Amino acid sequence: MAYDKFEILTSTAVPLPIENVDTDQIIPARFLKATERKGFGDNLFRDWRYNNDETPKSDFVLNDATYSGKILVGGRNFGSGSSREHAAWAVYDYGFRCVISSFFADIFKGNCLNIGVLPVQVSAEFAEKVFTAIEKDPKTEIEVNLPNQTVTILATGDQESFDINGYKKENMLNGFDDIDYLVNVKENIVEFAKNTPL
Amino acid sequence: MKKTLFDKVWDSHVVKHVEDGPDVLFIDRHLVHEVTSPVAFLGIKNRGISVLYPERTFATADHNTPTINQHLPVEDPLSANQLKALEENAKAYGISHWGLGHQKNGIVHVVGPEYGITQPGATIVCGDSHTSTHGAFGAIAFGIGTSEVEMVLASQCIMQPKPKKMRINVTGKLNFGVTPKDVALYIISKLTTSGATGYFVEYAGDVFENMTMEGRMTVCNLSIEMGARGGMIAPDEKTFEYVKGREFTPTGAAWDKAMTYWETLHTDEGAIFDKELTFDAADIEPMITYGTNPGMGIGISKSIPQAEQVEGGVSTYKKSLGYMSFSEGDNMIGKPIDFVFIGSCTNGRIEDFRAFTSIIKGRQKAPNVTAWLVPGSHKVEAAIKDEGLLDIIHEAGFVLREPGCSACLAMNDDKVPAGKLAVSTSNRNFEGRQGPGSRTLLASPLVAAAAAVTGKVTDPRELMENVVAG
Ligand code: SF4
Repeated sequence: MAYDKFEILTSTAVPLPIENVDTDQIIPARFLKATERKGFGDNLFRDWRYNNDETPKSDFVLNDATYSGKILVGGRNFGSGSSREHAAWAVYDYGFRCVISSFFADIFKGNCLNIGVLPVQVSAEFAEKVFTAIEKDPKTEIEVNLPNQTVTILATGDQESFDINGYKKENMLNGFDDIDYLVNVKENIVEFAKNTPL
Repeated sequence: MKKTLFDKVWDSHVVKHVEDGPDVLFIDRHLVHEVTSPVAFLGIKNRGISVLYPERTFATADHNTPTINQHLPVEDPLSANQLKALEENAKAYGISHWGLGHQKNGIVHVVGPEYGITQPGATIVCGDSHTSTHGAFGAIAFGIGTSEVEMVLASQCIMQPKPKKMRINVTGKLNFGVTPKDVALYIISKLTTSGATGYFVEYAGDVFENMTMEGRMTVCNLSIEMGARGGMIAPDEKTFEYVKGREFTPTGAAWDKAMTYWETLHTDEGAIFDKELTFDAADIEPMITYGTNPGMGIGISKSIPQAEQVEGGVSTYKKSLGYMSFSEGDNMIGKPIDFVFIGSCTNGRIEDFRAFTSIIKGRQKAPNVTAWLVPGSHKVEAAIKDEGLLDIIHEAGFVLREPGCSACLAMNDDKVPAGKLAVSTSNRNFEGRQGPGSRTLLASPLVAAAAAVTGKVTDPRELMENVVAG
């Protein structure tokens, strides 16, 4: 599915300094019954966000008007567990375009890249600086610059660069996805398939 | 060049390497289920493309199916709709479909091996992270997201950077009462849930060589819980014996040709791994988890570690214990439990039911326990009956349900109520994994059986005969 191009994102950020946030928390299994990619943002962090009687839990960060923005800053090992891409959809659909963490689980990271959410992996020290900056001033802005591969806390000037492979970077900058690529190399695939056992 | 098992299988499936990017990896077999596929099918439809090789894709319904009264229409309209979508998509694109009620229906990672879809040296993907199960046969098997499901439907390929390689050796002889599940939970407790992120794991050493195929599947299944993309074990006589004669297994000349390839599938002497770890089998005892991720596991006789002793943040650790209503230093033995779940692609195979019944035989279900016994497939269900295990189950006051994922992820009605404590043979103990507010202790079928008849966490070795040291 095509998505919006990603170049430079300057935004306030929402802090979630919890480690090992798994995709069952990002979107619980009972909300995976849809057959279309719609409305997942409403159930993002459902059980951390709402009480059993559907009232919002006031102490959860998404229910706290102090924090907002298109960047989610998570604790270490973000997105572990189930491969459900619905987790990345929920993050995107809620309005986040970027997740910053000091460590991502593999499948979640790949899913994000495939749907237009930029996973930015930073050092533990830098992640700490981001959390501190937001704590000091919830309106502090973070700049995520994909062409330069840098992330900057604008108020302090603290900056770090991040990795992304050249191919994925091109895709994100242009809003392309892998299927566009694969369809173009179909002939190679068909040729290859002739020599593979079923 | 000396190659690892993983290199051999991966390299032989690379259609093309993208400069400064991933490999285009050819996928031999694609498994799909109802939950992660509908948006992918919709995607190819919207692009106006078809499924390139429908004969390489196999569909089964499992995540979202009831485990009682499967002959009746599915009550929940959303679930029914998802099952219908799978059936219609399979039909529209000519994909084989083993839906609810089909004799071959079952959990995707249980039926794949049962029917010989899973083969050594193959690349296998599925929109489910426990696809790693199939690595037990020396296949490269891993879970993918829905965008990738769409890629495989459209092109039979996905685009993946080649992961790093890790070898985990477990040597020696397993202690009495220690099962493959315990070996896996032990390794995860040592590595943590992110210790193998970025790696593909090969399991080696006598412990895995001596394991049954079912046991190897349990171990490979849990690879994802230490962050690894997948795990694999070199195929041997046991593997070939298991694969032989199954419905989708090659026969005649094709078998001979396959064997010629399969016999090359082992890591060359001297091949290099990015990381190598070795554990001693003698250090492993029956395991149980106490927290909200599979890395939070301990030997059943041990007590819950103090926050300072564990890796990672103290506040996250305390939050986890708070959710479980446990305290640092608590003993696990003796904790009263409410639910027992036997099943899932981790421990829902015949061997697991044999282990379970070996303990409940001649005993009675504890009155305070609700037990869900869910076979991984109809084939497992049939074996339970054929081997006389069903009689043992009934005599002990238990009921056998119908196949599916069930309380592994609690998408259907099999939900553990808030606050209740379950001993589960599945693979994840995340907050609310088995129902909102539920609390899960992961363990082997032996530990689960001991809990089911005593109503509390119990060391299964106390209920087992044959306490011959060795
Ligand atoms: S049993 Fe659990 S882990 Fe296995 S396929 Fe089903 S939901 Fe996934």
